[in-house]
Amino acid sequence: MPEHDVASTPGMARPDSAEIHDDRRRTDSPAAPRPSRGTAAPPWLPFRHLDTLWLQVTGTLCNLRCTHCFISCGPENHSVSLMPKDQVLDALARAPGLGVRELYYTGGEPFLHPDIRLFIERGLEVAPVTVLTNGILITERQAEWLGALFGSCRYSLDIRISLDGLTAEQNDAVRGAGTFAKITRAVGRLAARGLVPAVAVTEVHEGMGAPEARLAFLELLRGRGCRSPRVKFLPVFRLGAQAERLGGYAEDERLAEGDLAPEEYASLQCSSARLLAADGVYPCPLLLGQPGTRMGSGLDDGLRDIRLAHGACVTCHLTGMTCRT
Amino acid sequence: MPLGFFGGIYNNHLALEATLERVHALGIEGRTWCLGDIGGFGPHPDHALELLRASGVPVVQGNYDYALGHGLGDCGCGYTDPRDNRYAAISYRYTRERTHPRHLPWLRDLPPVLRVEAGGRAILLCHGSPRRTNEFLWESTSPDGFLEWLCTAHGCDVLVCTHTGIPWTRRLDSGQRVINCGAIGRPANNGKTEVAFALYDPETDDCTFVPVAYDHERLAAEVLAEGLPAEFAETLTSGWWTSCLEVLPARERAAGQF
Repeated sequence: MPEHDVASTPGMARPDSAEIHDDRRRTDSPAAPRPSRGTAAPPWLPFRHLDTLWLQVTGTLCNLRCTHCFISCGPENHSVSLMPKDQVLDALARAPGLGVRELYYTGGEPFLHPDIRLFIERGLEVAPVTVLTNGILITERQAEWLGALFGSCRYSLDIRISLDGLTAEQNDAVRGAGTFAKITRAVGRLAARGLVPAVAVTEVHEGMGAPEARLAFLELLRGRGCRSPRVKFLPVFRLGAQAERLGGYAEDERLAEGDLAPEEYASLQCSSARLLAADGVYPCPLLLGQPGTRMGSGLDDGLRDIRLAHGACVTCHLTGMTCRT
Repeated sequence: MPLGFFGGIYNNHLALEATLERVHALGIEGRTWCLGDIGGFGPHPDHALELLRASGVPVVQGNYDYALGHGLGDCGCGYTDPRDNRYAAISYRYTRERTHPRHLPWLRDLPPVLRVEAGGRAILLCHGSPRRTNEFLWESTSPDGFLEWLCTAHGCDVLVCTHTGIPWTRRLDSGQRVINCGAIGRPANNGKTEVAFALYDPETDDCTFVPVAYDHERLAAEVLAEGLPAEFAETLTSGWWTSCLEVLPARERAAGQF
């Protein structure tokens, strides 16, 4: 399906030009254009509208040390600090005026933030909220609170829990000893309260995204009480802890003008999303703290076109990856 | 005088017939619009096409209509999950193979949006959203601020859409209104077999949804006789969605059975 030429109208809505967005995901196949290895300039991506506002509420602070974490979060990583309460509340107050469609809370582990309940409640007054969590802190009490909120809030509340294997052996090798049991218990607690948690699986193990594995994940979740199991698969990004273990993107592994298919000007999430963190605004959650990617100190600094100049942009281009659920 | 809006026929010629009868009974012929997606899901695509074209109801192009009209390989519904896309592919292949070629230029040339002035209000009719034909505007994930921006950016007081299959409406603090008229082709994942369309009075800004009962058992039998998935027939007879569920937001998903 055709995409309208958004590149010619950066940042502008296109009244009366209903646009077909072909959401089919491209794969790294021989038919897909190869990323450039030369010296051509990276492509510009026009900023269309702030549909999705990501808030890095706990910075890089996490209660786990996952081996594939693209921003190397952990209990001792304070390189990006918790967002101050006022910064989050200011962003939420601005969201309706900016026409924000959805809010995502991430970290680190968002439930480590002392004001996370306030953020979720206030967020749900202005937009649907998705919280990305490892599930470890979803106690019976927390699940009870989330369940009550889910049943009464104006907009949709989504809890997305990361799980990186079908067994404790698979998952715990990535997320830490004993986490499989805690994560799956959290899924069950939420399902028991009527929530419909989505489980995010990073394809760190070979074959994890294959149809058989997908079905196995759905069965696993049904076994934990999920009547309507939902699973999202994510590619591995060679950033952060993953890059430290296995190497990052090569210097010449970059996109160049002409690499993007027309539909990517709308489907790449950075065309309609920004991440706000304690230290400023970024094009997307993956690029937090990456050299040269910070767009400024405040949200307004991020509402502009960007160049897809990072190696991680190649992965989004090739896989059709979006961080949205 | 009220206006009628329906969408998402999905080959359900029996529901379309019942809807047109209801439109006639309400006396709103000539003030009723179809917001697209004539094909998909149900049986015998030409039945609905011929009925709709003969009715003279103006039609906005849906993603299905666009895809068929342009001979595309898939329906472009905008699903992202393999399970949704599997069912979508079955529906699309069936519909494409059975849609008579004489309908294709008509489908191809349908307008992506229509504008109507009524009661002093600028009403914009689209399929998914005015910016993208296959964008899903769900009630639980379409906040007021976003909708105000969307209406303002596209210069309308009233925005009418379909595509999700579940009807809802909201008057915004700005005075603008958004109406998702739902679908008449399959029930709204609410356990009821009837479908619905929107009735809007631009003078008073009142919007209601008109329930439409039809012979859903007969349509389910036709679905099975055509070799379409039994899950489709089950949806028609139970009122609960059994396929293309993964696209639902958490709130709408929790309200269903599956």
